[in-house]
Amino acid sequence: MENLERIIAECPFFAGLDHAYLNLIVGCASNVRFEAGSYVFKEGTPADTFYLIREGKVAVEIFAPHRKPIIVATIGEGEIVGWSWLLPPYVWKFHGHAVQNVRAIALDGKCLRTKCEENHDLGYEILKRLVQIVEHRLDEARFQQIDVYAVQR
Amino acid sequence: MTTAAILEPMTPLLHSVREVVKETPDTFTLTLQPENGAPESSFQPGQFSMLWVFGVGELPISISGDPGKQDRLVYTVRSVGKATNAFVSQKPGADVGVRGPFGTGWPVEVARGHDLVIVAGGIGLAPLRPVIYHVLSHRADYDRLVVLYGARSPRDLLYRKELASWARQRETQVLTTVDYGGLSWRNHVGVVTTLLKFARLRPARSVAMLCGPEIMMRFVARDLEAHGLGRSQIYVSMERNMKCAVGFCGHCQYGPHFICKDGPVFPYEQIGPMLDKYEL
Repeated sequence: MENLERIIAECPFFAGLDHAYLNLIVGCASNVRFEAGSYVFKEGTPADTFYLIREGKVAVEIFAPHRKPIIVATIGEGEIVGWSWLLPPYVWKFHGHAVQNVRAIALDGKCLRTKCEENHDLGYEILKRLVQIVEHRLDEARFQQIDVYAVQR
Repeated sequence: MTTAAILEPMTPLLHSVREVVKETPDTFTLTLQPENGAPESSFQPGQFSMLWVFGVGELPISISGDPGKQDRLVYTVRSVGKATNAFVSQKPGADVGVRGPFGTGWPVEVARGHDLVIVAGGIGLAPLRPVIYHVLSHRADYDRLVVLYGARSPRDLLYRKELASWARQRETQVLTTVDYGGLSWRNHVGVVTTLLKFARLRPARSVAMLCGPEIMMRFVARDLEAHGLGRSQIYVSMERNMKCAVGFCGHCQYGPHFICKDGPVFPYEQIGPMLDKYEL
Protein backbone atom coordinates (compact mmCIF):
# COMPACT_ATOMS: atom_id res chain seq x y z
CA MET A 1 0.00 0.00 0.00
CA GLU A 2 2.80 2.36 0.94
CA ASN A 3 4.43 1.67 -2.40
CA LEU A 4 1.16 2.28 -4.27
CA GLU A 5 0.67 5.56 -2.42
CA ARG A 6 4.15 6.70 -3.44
CA ILE A 7 3.51 5.76 -7.08
CA ILE A 8 0.17 7.59 -7.08
CA ALA A 9 1.70 10.65 -5.40
CA GLU A 10 4.37 10.76 -8.12
CA CYS A 11 1.80 10.69 -10.91
CA PRO A 12 1.51 14.24 -12.38
CA PHE A 13 -2.29 14.01 -12.16
CA PHE A 14 -2.14 13.75 -8.37
CA ALA A 15 0.87 16.06 -7.86
CA GLY A 16 0.59 18.07 -4.67
CA LEU A 17 -2.53 16.24 -3.45
CA ASP A 18 -2.97 16.23 0.32
CA HIS A 19 -1.66 13.08 2.03
CA ALA A 20 -5.07 12.38 3.61
CA TYR A 21 -6.70 12.32 0.15
CA LEU A 22 -3.96 10.05 -1.21
CA ASN A 23 -4.72 7.70 1.65
CA LEU A 24 -8.34 7.55 0.55
CA ILE A 25 -7.47 7.04 -3.11
CA VAL A 26 -4.94 4.28 -2.54
CA GLY A 27 -7.73 2.06 -1.17
CA CYS A 28 -9.24 2.04 -4.69
CA ALA A 29 -5.92 1.34 -6.50
CA SER A 30 -4.22 -1.72 -7.90
CA ASN A 31 -1.31 -2.43 -10.26
CA VAL A 32 -2.25 -3.72 -13.70
CA ARG A 33 -0.42 -4.76 -16.88
CA PHE A 34 -1.59 -5.05 -20.47
CA GLU A 35 0.31 -6.73 -23.25
CA ALA A 36 0.91 -4.88 -26.49
CA GLY A 37 -2.03 -5.49 -28.80
CA SER A 38 -4.55 -6.15 -26.05
CA TYR A 39 -7.48 -3.89 -25.20
CA VAL A 40 -7.43 -1.87 -21.99
CA PHE A 41 -11.13 -1.08 -22.43
CA LYS A 42 -13.72 -1.46 -25.16
CA GLU A 43 -16.44 0.84 -26.39
CA GLY A 44 -19.85 0.11 -24.90
CA THR A 45 -18.55 -1.78 -21.88
CA PRO A 46 -18.87 -0.50 -18.29
CA ALA A 47 -16.37 2.26 -17.54
CA ASP A 48 -15.49 1.09 -14.07
CA THR A 49 -11.80 2.02 -14.05
CA PHE A 50 -9.56 5.04 -14.30
CA TYR A 51 -5.93 4.38 -15.36
CA LEU A 52 -2.69 6.16 -14.52
CA ILE A 53 -0.18 5.07 -17.16
CA ARG A 54 3.23 4.27 -15.66
CA GLU A 55 4.85 2.83 -18.76
CA GLY A 56 3.86 2.18 -22.36
CA LYS A 57 1.26 3.71 -24.57
CA VAL A 58 -2.52 3.36 -24.98
CA ALA A 59 -4.18 4.35 -28.26
CA VAL A 60 -7.67 5.82 -28.15
CA GLU A 61 -9.36 4.13 -31.06
CA ILE A 62 -12.65 4.79 -32.83
CA PHE A 63 -14.48 1.90 -34.37
CA ALA A 64 -15.73 2.77 -37.85
CA PRO A 65 -17.89 0.28 -39.77
CA HIS A 66 -16.35 -0.80 -43.10
CA ARG A 67 -13.15 1.04 -42.24
CA LYS A 68 -10.00 0.27 -40.37
CA PRO A 69 -10.04 1.51 -36.76
CA ILE A 70 -8.98 5.16 -36.44
CA ILE A 71 -6.51 6.11 -33.72
CA VAL A 72 -7.19 9.69 -32.65
CA ALA A 73 -4.83 10.02 -29.68
CA THR A 74 -2.20 8.14 -27.76
CA ILE A 75 -1.82 8.36 -24.01
CA GLY A 76 1.64 7.79 -22.60
CA GLU A 77 3.72 7.60 -19.47
CA GLY A 78 2.58 9.91 -16.68
CA GLU A 79 -0.81 10.54 -18.27
CA ILE A 80 -4.28 9.38 -17.29
CA VAL A 81 -6.82 7.65 -19.45
CA GLY A 82 -10.56 7.56 -18.90
CA TRP A 83 -13.11 9.87 -17.34
CA SER A 84 -16.25 7.91 -18.28
CA TRP A 85 -16.15 6.32 -14.80
CA LEU A 86 -17.20 9.69 -13.36
CA LEU A 87 -20.19 10.45 -15.54
CA PRO A 88 -23.40 8.48 -16.09
CA PRO A 89 -24.01 6.11 -17.80
CA TYR A 90 -20.44 5.01 -16.90
CA VAL A 91 -19.79 3.41 -20.27
CA TRP A 92 -16.63 3.65 -22.42
CA LYS A 93 -17.15 5.66 -25.60
CA PHE A 94 -14.00 4.48 -27.40
CA HIS A 95 -11.64 1.54 -27.44
CA GLY A 96 -8.37 1.79 -25.50
CA HIS A 97 -5.73 -0.31 -27.20
CA ALA A 98 -2.29 -1.04 -25.71
CA VAL A 99 0.16 -0.28 -28.54
CA GLN A 100 3.09 -1.22 -26.32
CA ASN A 101 3.28 -3.27 -23.13
CA VAL A 102 1.54 -1.11 -20.54
CA ARG A 103 2.02 -0.88 -16.78
CA ALA A 104 -0.60 1.20 -15.04
CA ILE A 105 -2.34 1.94 -11.78
CA ALA A 106 -6.04 1.06 -12.06
CA LEU A 107 -8.36 3.04 -9.82
CA ASP A 108 -11.75 1.43 -9.24
CA GLY A 109 -14.28 3.95 -10.58
CA LYS A 110 -17.15 2.99 -8.30
CA CYS A 111 -14.90 3.04 -5.23
CA LEU A 112 -13.54 6.46 -6.22
CA ARG A 113 -17.03 7.84 -6.98
CA THR A 114 -18.25 6.70 -3.57
CA LYS A 115 -15.32 8.39 -1.83
CA CYS A 116 -15.87 11.58 -3.83
CA GLU A 117 -19.56 11.57 -2.80
CA GLU A 118 -18.62 11.03 0.85
CA ASN A 119 -15.91 13.67 0.80
CA HIS A 120 -16.76 16.56 -1.50
CA ASP A 121 -13.41 18.23 -0.92
CA LEU A 122 -11.73 15.17 -2.42
CA GLY A 123 -14.36 15.12 -5.17
CA TYR A 124 -13.67 18.77 -6.03
CA GLU A 125 -9.90 18.18 -6.10
CA ILE A 126 -10.29 15.27 -8.52
CA LEU A 127 -12.82 17.12 -10.65
CA LYS A 128 -10.54 20.19 -10.97
CA ARG A 129 -7.69 17.98 -12.14
CA LEU A 130 -9.89 16.04 -14.54
CA VAL A 131 -11.33 19.21 -16.05
CA GLN A 132 -7.80 20.37 -16.81
CA ILE A 133 -7.12 17.12 -18.66
CA VAL A 134 -10.43 17.39 -20.52
CA GLU A 135 -9.54 20.97 -21.50
CA HIS A 136 -6.12 19.91 -22.84
CA ARG A 137 -7.61 17.02 -24.79
CA LEU A 138 -10.30 19.32 -26.22
CA ASP A 139 -7.60 21.79 -27.31
CA GLU A 140 -5.69 18.98 -28.96
CA ALA A 141 -8.81 17.69 -30.72
CA ARG A 142 -9.60 21.20 -32.03
CA PHE A 143 -6.04 21.54 -33.19
CA GLN A 144 -6.30 18.22 -35.08
CA GLN A 145 -9.59 19.32 -36.58
CA ILE A 146 -8.13 22.45 -38.18
CA ASP A 147 -5.45 20.44 -39.98
CA VAL A 148 -2.50 22.58 -38.94
CA TYR A 149 -0.03 20.98 -41.34
CA ALA A 150 -2.06 21.86 -44.42
CA VAL A 151 -0.40 23.95 -47.11
CA GLN A 152 -1.19 27.66 -46.76
CA ARG A 153 -2.78 29.11 -49.85
CA MET B 1 24.98 34.90 -49.72
CA THR B 2 27.68 33.63 -52.11
CA THR B 3 29.83 36.06 -54.09
CA ALA B 4 27.91 35.21 -57.27
CA ALA B 5 24.59 35.85 -55.55
CA ILE B 6 25.80 39.22 -54.19
CA LEU B 7 27.05 40.34 -57.60
CA GLU B 8 24.15 39.07 -59.66
CA PRO B 9 21.24 38.35 -57.35
CA MET B 10 18.72 38.43 -60.20
CA THR B 11 20.62 36.13 -62.55
CA PRO B 12 19.97 32.41 -62.18
CA LEU B 13 22.92 30.07 -62.40
CA LEU B 14 22.43 26.91 -64.37
CA HIS B 15 22.20 23.68 -62.36
CA SER B 16 21.30 20.17 -63.39
CA VAL B 17 19.09 17.73 -61.54
CA ARG B 18 21.23 14.93 -60.16
CA GLU B 19 18.66 12.93 -58.21
CA VAL B 20 14.93 12.88 -57.45
CA VAL B 21 13.66 11.04 -54.37
CA LYS B 22 9.98 10.55 -53.61
CA GLU B 23 9.49 11.27 -49.90
CA THR B 24 5.69 11.02 -49.65
CA PRO B 25 2.91 10.71 -52.25
CA ASP B 26 3.15 14.47 -53.01
CA THR B 27 6.60 15.51 -51.77
CA PHE B 28 9.94 15.05 -53.50
CA THR B 29 13.57 15.82 -52.73
CA LEU B 30 15.68 17.02 -55.64
CA THR B 31 19.46 17.25 -55.61
CA LEU B 32 20.95 19.83 -57.98
CA GLN B 33 24.56 20.33 -59.00
CA PRO B 34 26.16 23.39 -60.62
CA GLU B 35 26.77 23.31 -64.36
CA ASN B 36 29.21 25.02 -66.72
CA GLY B 37 31.68 25.97 -64.02
CA ALA B 38 29.10 27.68 -61.83
CA PRO B 39 30.62 28.12 -58.36
CA GLU B 40 29.82 25.74 -55.53
CA SER B 41 27.22 27.13 -53.23
CA SER B 42 27.72 27.64 -49.51
CA PHE B 43 24.63 28.40 -47.51
CA GLN B 44 23.47 28.87 -43.94
CA PRO B 45 20.89 26.43 -42.57
CA GLY B 46 17.50 28.10 -43.03
CA GLN B 47 18.32 30.04 -46.20
CA PHE B 48 16.32 29.62 -49.39
CA SER B 49 16.89 29.77 -53.15
CA MET B 50 14.80 31.00 -56.05
CA LEU B 51 14.46 28.10 -58.46
CA TRP B 52 13.67 28.69 -62.12
CA VAL B 53 11.73 25.98 -63.87
CA PHE B 54 12.28 27.15 -67.42
CA GLY B 55 9.07 27.92 -69.25
CA VAL B 56 7.00 27.68 -66.09
CA GLY B 57 8.17 30.13 -63.44
CA GLU B 58 10.22 30.76 -60.35
CA LEU B 59 9.78 29.27 -56.87
CA PRO B 60 11.19 30.23 -53.47
CA ILE B 61 12.31 26.98 -51.83
CA SER B 62 14.26 26.42 -48.60
CA ILE B 63 17.44 24.43 -48.85
CA SER B 64 17.05 21.08 -47.10
CA GLY B 65 20.49 19.55 -47.64
CA ASP B 66 23.68 19.30 -45.64
CA PRO B 67 25.51 22.65 -45.39
CA GLY B 68 28.77 20.71 -45.22
CA LYS B 69 28.29 19.40 -48.76
CA GLN B 70 28.85 22.42 -50.97
CA ASP B 71 28.96 20.55 -54.27
CA ARG B 72 25.18 20.16 -54.31
CA LEU B 73 21.95 21.91 -53.39
CA VAL B 74 19.06 19.87 -52.04
CA TYR B 75 15.40 20.94 -51.97
CA THR B 76 12.32 19.16 -50.64
CA VAL B 77 9.17 20.34 -52.36
CA ARG B 78 5.51 19.49 -51.96
CA SER B 79 3.62 19.53 -55.21
CA VAL B 80 0.71 21.88 -54.66
CA GLY B 81 0.44 23.89 -57.91
CA LYS B 82 1.64 24.30 -61.47
CA ALA B 83 5.18 25.49 -60.68
CA THR B 84 5.89 23.07 -57.82
CA ASN B 85 4.44 20.22 -59.87
CA ALA B 86 6.71 21.15 -62.78
CA PHE B 87 9.72 21.28 -60.47
CA VAL B 88 9.14 17.89 -58.83
CA SER B 89 8.51 16.36 -62.28
CA GLN B 90 12.05 17.18 -63.43
CA LYS B 91 14.13 14.17 -64.39
CA PRO B 92 17.84 13.64 -63.66
CA GLY B 93 19.89 15.65 -66.14
CA ALA B 94 17.26 18.39 -66.56
CA ASP B 95 18.37 22.03 -66.29
CA VAL B 96 17.10 24.33 -63.52
CA GLY B 97 18.08 27.93 -62.75
CA VAL B 98 19.11 28.82 -59.21
CA ARG B 99 19.34 32.25 -57.60
CA GLY B 100 20.59 32.69 -54.08
CA PRO B 101 20.94 31.55 -51.37
CA PHE B 102 18.94 34.33 -49.77
CA GLY B 103 17.68 35.36 -46.36
CA THR B 104 18.68 34.93 -42.77
CA GLY B 105 19.58 31.49 -41.47
CA TRP B 106 18.79 29.69 -38.24
CA PRO B 107 20.89 31.03 -35.34
CA VAL B 108 23.20 28.03 -35.06
CA GLU B 109 25.89 30.23 -33.49
CA VAL B 110 23.49 31.56 -30.83
CA ALA B 111 22.52 27.95 -30.05
CA ARG B 112 26.13 26.81 -29.63
CA GLY B 113 26.67 25.44 -26.11
CA HIS B 114 22.91 25.10 -25.55
CA ASP B 115 20.26 22.42 -25.92
CA LEU B 116 18.56 22.71 -29.28
CA VAL B 117 14.83 22.06 -29.51
CA ILE B 118 13.56 21.63 -33.05
CA VAL B 119 9.81 21.57 -33.63
CA ALA B 120 8.56 20.95 -37.14
CA GLY B 121 5.21 20.33 -38.75
CA GLY B 122 4.61 18.74 -42.16
CA ILE B 123 7.07 19.97 -44.75
CA GLY B 124 8.49 22.36 -42.12
CA LEU B 125 11.09 19.72 -41.32
CA ALA B 126 12.81 20.44 -44.65
CA PRO B 127 14.21 23.91 -43.75
CA LEU B 128 15.28 22.55 -40.35
CA ARG B 129 17.09 19.48 -41.66
CA PRO B 130 20.29 21.48 -42.42
CA VAL B 131 20.38 22.52 -38.74
CA ILE B 132 20.21 18.87 -37.69
CA TYR B 133 23.02 17.99 -40.12
CA HIS B 134 25.04 20.92 -38.78
CA VAL B 135 24.55 19.89 -35.14
CA LEU B 136 25.35 16.24 -35.81
CA SER B 137 28.56 17.19 -37.61
CA HIS B 138 29.57 19.63 -34.84
CA ARG B 139 28.22 17.49 -31.99
CA ALA B 140 30.66 18.69 -29.33
CA ASP B 141 29.48 22.29 -29.82
CA TYR B 142 25.90 21.57 -28.73
CA ASP B 143 24.25 19.91 -25.76
CA ARG B 144 21.03 17.96 -26.09
CA LEU B 145 19.24 17.83 -29.43
CA VAL B 146 15.47 17.36 -29.24
CA VAL B 147 13.52 16.94 -32.49
CA LEU B 148 9.72 17.01 -32.29
CA TYR B 149 7.97 16.36 -35.58
CA GLY B 150 4.28 16.19 -36.45
CA ALA B 151 2.48 15.33 -39.68
CA ARG B 152 -1.04 14.49 -40.76
CA SER B 153 -0.52 10.75 -41.09
CA PRO B 154 2.36 8.25 -41.14
CA ARG B 155 2.54 8.43 -44.94
CA ASP B 156 3.07 12.23 -44.74
CA LEU B 157 6.23 11.98 -42.61
CA LEU B 158 9.40 13.16 -44.35
CA TYR B 159 12.83 11.55 -44.00
CA ARG B 160 11.60 8.53 -42.03
CA LYS B 161 14.89 6.63 -42.26
CA GLU B 162 16.86 9.69 -41.18
CA LEU B 163 14.51 10.32 -38.24
CA ALA B 164 15.24 6.79 -37.03
CA SER B 165 18.97 7.26 -37.52
CA TRP B 166 19.02 10.65 -35.72
CA ALA B 167 17.19 9.05 -32.79
CA ARG B 168 20.11 6.65 -32.35
CA GLN B 169 22.65 9.47 -31.92
CA ARG B 170 23.89 10.31 -28.45
CA GLU B 171 22.11 13.04 -26.49
CA THR B 172 19.46 13.16 -29.18
CA GLN B 173 15.73 12.64 -28.69
CA VAL B 174 13.47 12.34 -31.71
CA LEU B 175 9.71 12.12 -31.23
CA THR B 176 7.22 11.92 -34.06
CA THR B 177 3.46 12.19 -34.00
CA VAL B 178 0.64 12.10 -36.52
CA ASP B 179 -2.88 13.48 -36.39
CA TYR B 180 -4.41 10.18 -37.37
CA GLY B 181 -2.65 6.85 -37.13
CA GLY B 182 -3.48 3.42 -38.41
CA LEU B 183 -3.15 0.18 -36.49
CA SER B 184 0.42 -0.37 -37.65
CA TRP B 185 1.55 3.01 -36.28
CA ARG B 186 3.31 2.49 -32.94
CA ASN B 187 4.31 6.07 -32.27
CA HIS B 188 2.39 9.05 -30.91
CA VAL B 189 -0.98 10.22 -32.20
CA GLY B 190 -1.95 13.83 -31.54
CA VAL B 191 -0.83 17.29 -32.57
CA VAL B 192 2.85 18.20 -32.33
CA THR B 193 2.36 20.16 -29.09
CA THR B 194 1.38 16.92 -27.31
CA LEU B 195 5.00 15.79 -27.69
CA LEU B 196 6.28 18.54 -25.41
CA LYS B 197 5.28 16.64 -22.29
CA PHE B 198 7.47 13.70 -23.36
CA ALA B 199 10.41 15.86 -24.48
CA ARG B 200 13.52 15.97 -22.32
CA LEU B 201 13.43 19.75 -22.08
CA ARG B 202 15.78 21.90 -20.06
CA PRO B 203 14.09 25.25 -20.71
CA ALA B 204 16.70 27.52 -19.15
CA ARG B 205 19.46 26.21 -21.43
CA SER B 206 17.49 25.73 -24.63
CA VAL B 207 17.16 27.45 -27.97
CA ALA B 208 14.06 26.45 -29.94
CA MET B 209 13.65 26.57 -33.72
CA LEU B 210 10.15 26.16 -35.17
CA CYS B 211 9.03 25.64 -38.71
CA GLY B 212 5.61 24.79 -40.06
CA PRO B 213 2.37 26.57 -40.83
CA GLU B 214 2.06 29.81 -38.87
CA ILE B 215 -0.88 28.56 -36.83
CA MET B 216 1.21 25.61 -35.69
CA MET B 217 4.21 27.78 -34.78
CA ARG B 218 1.96 30.10 -32.80
CA PHE B 219 0.58 27.23 -30.70
CA VAL B 220 3.99 25.61 -30.28
CA ALA B 221 5.55 28.91 -29.17
CA ARG B 222 2.72 29.41 -26.68
CA ASP B 223 3.28 25.94 -25.22
CA LEU B 224 7.07 26.36 -25.15
CA GLU B 225 6.54 29.56 -23.17
CA ALA B 226 4.27 27.61 -20.80
CA HIS B 227 7.15 25.13 -20.37
CA GLY B 228 9.47 27.95 -19.35
CA LEU B 229 11.24 29.10 -22.51
CA GLY B 230 11.40 32.84 -23.03
CA ARG B 231 10.40 34.45 -26.33
CA SER B 232 14.02 35.42 -26.87
CA GLN B 233 14.94 31.71 -26.93
CA ILE B 234 12.49 30.89 -29.73
CA TYR B 235 13.03 31.37 -33.49
CA VAL B 236 10.54 30.80 -36.29
CA SER B 237 10.75 30.58 -40.08
CA MET B 238 8.12 32.55 -41.96
CA GLU B 239 6.77 31.90 -45.41
CA ARG B 240 5.34 34.45 -47.83
CA ASN B 241 5.05 34.84 -51.58
CA MET B 242 8.62 35.84 -52.42
CA LYS B 243 9.43 37.17 -55.89
CA CYS B 244 12.66 39.19 -56.09
CA ALA B 245 14.20 37.68 -52.91
CA VAL B 246 16.27 40.80 -52.25
CA GLY B 247 13.72 43.19 -50.72
CA PHE B 248 12.95 45.27 -53.85
CA CYS B 249 9.53 44.17 -54.97
CA GLY B 250 7.61 44.12 -51.69
CA HIS B 251 5.65 40.95 -52.46
CA CYS B 252 6.69 39.34 -49.19
CA GLN B 253 6.20 42.37 -46.97
CA TYR B 254 4.97 41.41 -43.52
CA GLY B 255 4.35 44.49 -41.40
CA PRO B 256 7.64 46.39 -41.42
CA HIS B 257 9.62 43.34 -42.58
CA PHE B 258 10.51 41.83 -45.92
CA ILE B 259 10.44 38.09 -45.31
CA CYS B 260 12.97 37.46 -48.11
CA LYS B 261 15.59 39.88 -46.80
CA ASP B 262 14.93 40.31 -43.06
CA GLY B 263 13.85 36.66 -42.70
CA PRO B 264 12.71 34.02 -43.31
CA VAL B 265 14.08 33.21 -39.85
CA PHE B 266 13.03 35.67 -37.16
CA PRO B 267 13.33 35.80 -33.37
CA TYR B 268 9.88 35.05 -31.98
CA GLU B 269 9.97 38.10 -29.74
CA GLN B 270 10.12 40.19 -32.92
CA ILE B 271 7.50 38.37 -34.97
CA GLY B 272 5.26 36.87 -32.26
CA PRO B 273 3.03 39.93 -31.75
CA MET B 274 2.33 40.06 -35.49
CA LEU B 275 1.22 36.43 -35.54
CA ASP B 276 -1.60 37.47 -33.20
CA LYS B 277 -3.05 39.89 -35.75
CA TYR B 278 -5.80 38.95 -38.16
CA GLU B 279 -5.09 38.93 -41.89
CA LEU B 280 -1.57 40.29 -41.68
